[in-house]
Amino acid sequence: MSWFKLFLTIPWSARIGVLLILFFSFCAVFAPWLAPYGESEVVGDVWEPIGGNYVFGTDQIGRDLLSRLIFGARNTISLALFTTACAFLFGSILGLIAATMRGIVDQVLSRIVDIIISIPTLIFALIMLSAVGTAIPSLITIISIIYAMPVYRIARAVAMDIEVMEYVEVARLRGEGLWWIMRREILPNALTPLAAEFGIRFCFVFLLISGLSFLGLGLQPPLADWGAMVQENGAGIAWGFYHPLIPASCIALLTIGINLMVDHIVHKASGLRDEH
Amino acid sequence: MNDEILKISDLVIEADIEGVWKPIVKSLSLTLKKGEVVGLIGESGAGKSTLGLAALGYTKPGCRIVSGSILLSGRELITSSESRLREIRGNSVSYVAQSAAAAFNPAHRLIEQFTESPVQHGKMNRDDAVIRGRELYRQLELPDPGLIGDRYPHQVSGGQLQRAMTAMAMGCDPEIIVFDEPTTALDVTTQIEVLSVIKESVRAKGVAAIYITHDLAVVAQLADRILVLRYGDLIEEGNARELLANPKEDYTRRLLSVRSLRGEKEDDGNEEKLLDVQGVTARYPGTGLDVLVNVSIKIKKGKTVAVVGESGSGKSTLARVITGLLPPVSGSIQFKGSKLPDKLNDREKEHLRTVQMIYQMPDVALNPRQKITDIIGRPLEFYLGLQGEEKVKRIQELLEQIELPISFMERFPAQLSGGEKQRICIARALAAEPDLIICDEVTSALDQLVAEGILELLQNLQNTLHVSYLFITHDLATVKAISDNIVVMYQGRIIEQGTKSEILAPPHAPYTELLLSSIPEMDPDWLDGLMVRRRSGEIPTSNSIPENL
Repeated sequence: MSWFKLFLTIPWSARIGVLLILFFSFCAVFAPWLAPYGESEVVGDVWEPIGGNYVFGTDQIGRDLLSRLIFGARNTISLALFTTACAFLFGSILGLIAATMRGIVDQVLSRIVDIIISIPTLIFALIMLSAVGTAIPSLITIISIIYAMPVYRIARAVAMDIEVMEYVEVARLRGEGLWWIMRREILPNALTPLAAEFGIRFCFVFLLISGLSFLGLGLQPPLADWGAMVQENGAGIAWGFYHPLIPASCIALLTIGINLMVDHIVHKASGLRDEH
Repeated sequence: MNDEILKISDLVIEADIEGVWKPIVKSLSLTLKKGEVVGLIGESGAGKSTLGLAALGYTKPGCRIVSGSILLSGRELITSSESRLREIRGNSVSYVAQSAAAAFNPAHRLIEQFTESPVQHGKMNRDDAVIRGRELYRQLELPDPGLIGDRYPHQVSGGQLQRAMTAMAMGCDPEIIVFDEPTTALDVTTQIEVLSVIKESVRAKGVAAIYITHDLAVVAQLADRILVLRYGDLIEEGNARELLANPKEDYTRRLLSVRSLRGEKEDDGNEEKLLDVQGVTARYPGTGLDVLVNVSIKIKKGKTVAVVGESGSGKSTLARVITGLLPPVSGSIQFKGSKLPDKLNDREKEHLRTVQMIYQMPDVALNPRQKITDIIGRPLEFYLGLQGEEKVKRIQELLEQIELPISFMERFPAQLSGGEKQRICIARALAAEPDLIICDEVTSALDQLVAEGILELLQNLQNTLHVSYLFITHDLATVKAISDNIVVMYQGRIIEQGTKSEILAPPHAPYTELLLSSIPEMDPDWLDGLMVRRRSGEIPTSNSIPENL
C-alpha cells in the first residue's frame, strides 16, 4: 500500500520509468510461463510477418520472436544486473578506502584506475574476451572490471565530501577504525548518489553486453540475447523486414525507463525544489 | 502631509513546507517614512527576511504572497508586472545581503558590479557611474577608494566587501535600502566599523532603511523604530528608545535580558591541574606560516577557560592540536600530569575518552543516517563496553540530563531543531564520561534564547559532573557569562590571559580593549559615543593594532 502511495507522489516521467522496469522484470522472472514457445524452438517459416500467426513474427531461422524477446529479457537483464552489482561492490569498496585513508593508498589506487580508464572500453573488452574466451564467468569478470573504474571515481568523490564532515571527525577522535568509519559513517550517506549511479551504469553494462553480443562475443547461440537478436536479424533490414528493430526497441525502452527513474532519484537526492 | 514611502498592510506570505502551504508571515503591517530606519528583529523563522524582501515585491522560491498589499510611493507592488518590478529593484529599493562574499560575482571586479545597476537603469553612463562609485567608496571609508574598485571580491576583506555592497545598494540613490543582517557574518571589531559607516551614510543621504537582524544591540544603534517579530507574528512595535527602555511584552524582555552578566562563580580552591599546553607552535602541513606561536594555557579541573579571538586568531587550531588532529611543530601537551602523544593515532583509547569535543554546527556534527540512540549509544559501547539493557538505561539518563524526552531515542537528527541537535552533541560528549570538553563556538549557530539554554545546561552539567570546558568563541557576551579564566588570542598568539575579573577589568591590553569596546550595547547612543572616543584616540581602533605583534 505504501509503495503504491509513493508511486502516486512521483512525477509522471518517473512513473513511466518504474512501469517499464516492472514490465521487463516481470517478463524476465516469469519467462518460461509467459513465452508461447521455447527459446530455441523452430516454429514456422523464416521471417514470418509481424502481426500474423505470431505476434512479432519469426526470426531468421523461424523461431518465435516474442518468445525469444521474453527469454532474452531474462538472459540480458540478469547478466547485466549481476555484472553491475559486481562492479559496484568492487568499485565502491576501493573508492571508500581511498577516500578514508587518503595519502599514498589513494594515489596508487587512483593512478591504476586512471590507466585502465584511459583504454577505450570496447577495445579493452574485445582484447580481453578474445584472450580468455567468451564463457559467461569471464564475460562478467571483464565487464565488471571495466565498470568498477568509473564507480570507483564516483564513490571516491562522494566519500571525500562526506569524509570532511564533522561527524566523521567525531568518529576519528573517538578512535574508531577504518572499517567502522567507512561502513557506518560514510557509506549510509553515500548510498543515494551511488544508487542513482547504479541505474546509469546498469544501462551502460546492458548496452555493452548487447554490443558484444552483436559482435558475436557476448552470449552465445542459441541463448537469446537482445543485442545478438539485432545482429541475427540484421540482414532482414535489406529485404524490408522490420524484425531487427523489435529487439532494438526493447533495448531502447529499458534504457529509457531506467534513465527516467534515475533522473527522479538524482533530482530528489540533490535536494532541488520544484519552482512554483 | 503624507511622507510614507512604503506601506505594507496585512501581508500574508505562505511557504511550501514539505508540500503543505503554511503561513510564515501572518498579517503583518509596516510603514516606512522618508529617512526613517525601521529595525526588524526576531529569531530564525520569525519572518523578518521574508517581510524585508517583500519591500522589493520579491518572495523567495517556494513562497507566495496570499493577501495584503505592498504600496511603494502609492503604487501596488503585488500586482505589478515583472518588468515594472525590475525598474524598482536596485533603483528605488535596494538590498544588502548577509553574506557579501556570496552576493558578489567572483569573476568581475567590484567597480564593474557597481556600475551595472545605474547603467542598466539608465541613470548614468558608465564613466559617471565609476566616478559615483569611487565617491561612495570614499564615503564608506574604504581604503584607497580610487583603486579598490579594480580589485576582485576575493582580494578585499569581509568587512570591506560588505561596505562595497552597501555602496552598490546606494548607487542609484534609492529611497529605501533593505539591510538583511549585514554585519552578522563579520568579526566583532569589523562589525562596529561597518555599522558606523552604514549609520552615517544612511543619515547623510536621508534614505529610509529596513534593518533586519537578530541582535537587539545592533538594531538599537540604527533604528528609529523597532518591530519585534516571532513566528511571523508581530510581538511588539515601538519607538526604539522607548521599546528598549520599557519593553511591554515578555518575549522582548527575554531577548533583552540575555545580555545581562551572570554572577561570578565562587572559587572553590580546587587547584588540580587537568590540561597544560606548553609553548605549542603549530602550522598546517605544506605551509610555512605558523598558525599558533608559542601558546601556553592551563585548565584546572571543573573550570571553564574561554579562548576568545576573531577569525584567523588560531583558536580553532588550538583545539585541533589538543585533540591530536594537528600535531604541533614544537611544544607539548600534558594531561593529568603525563604527556599526551602528539598524534591522534598514537593516543590510547583512554586518552581519547577523556577529551571530547562539541562543534559549532550541530547539523554536520551528527550523522544524518544514524538514530539518536545509535549516536549516543556508540561511545557508551566503545569506551565503557555497555550493551543491551544497560546501554539503553544510560542513554535515557543522558537524555534526561540534557533535558530532552526519552522518546527522542528513535528519532533521526533531521527531526530535531538546532538547539535539540546541539543538546544531542552534548550528550554524546558526556556519554564518554570525559574530564575535558572542548566547545568550539557551540552557540554561534543558534538563536539567542536557544543559545542561552545551551549555556545554562553546560553550566549545570559542570556543577554536577565537575567537567572542565575549553570554550572557544568570538562572542564576548558568552565569555562573560560562563568563563572562569579568559585567554585572548590574536593572529596565533596569546595577547593576555588570566581570571575573568583580571581580563575584564582595566587596565586592558590594547587589543583586548578594542575587542571589549566593540561589543554592542543596548544603549542607542553607544555607537556614536564610541566613535567619538575612538576618534579622539582615547581607546584604540583596529588600525592602531599592529599587523604583527
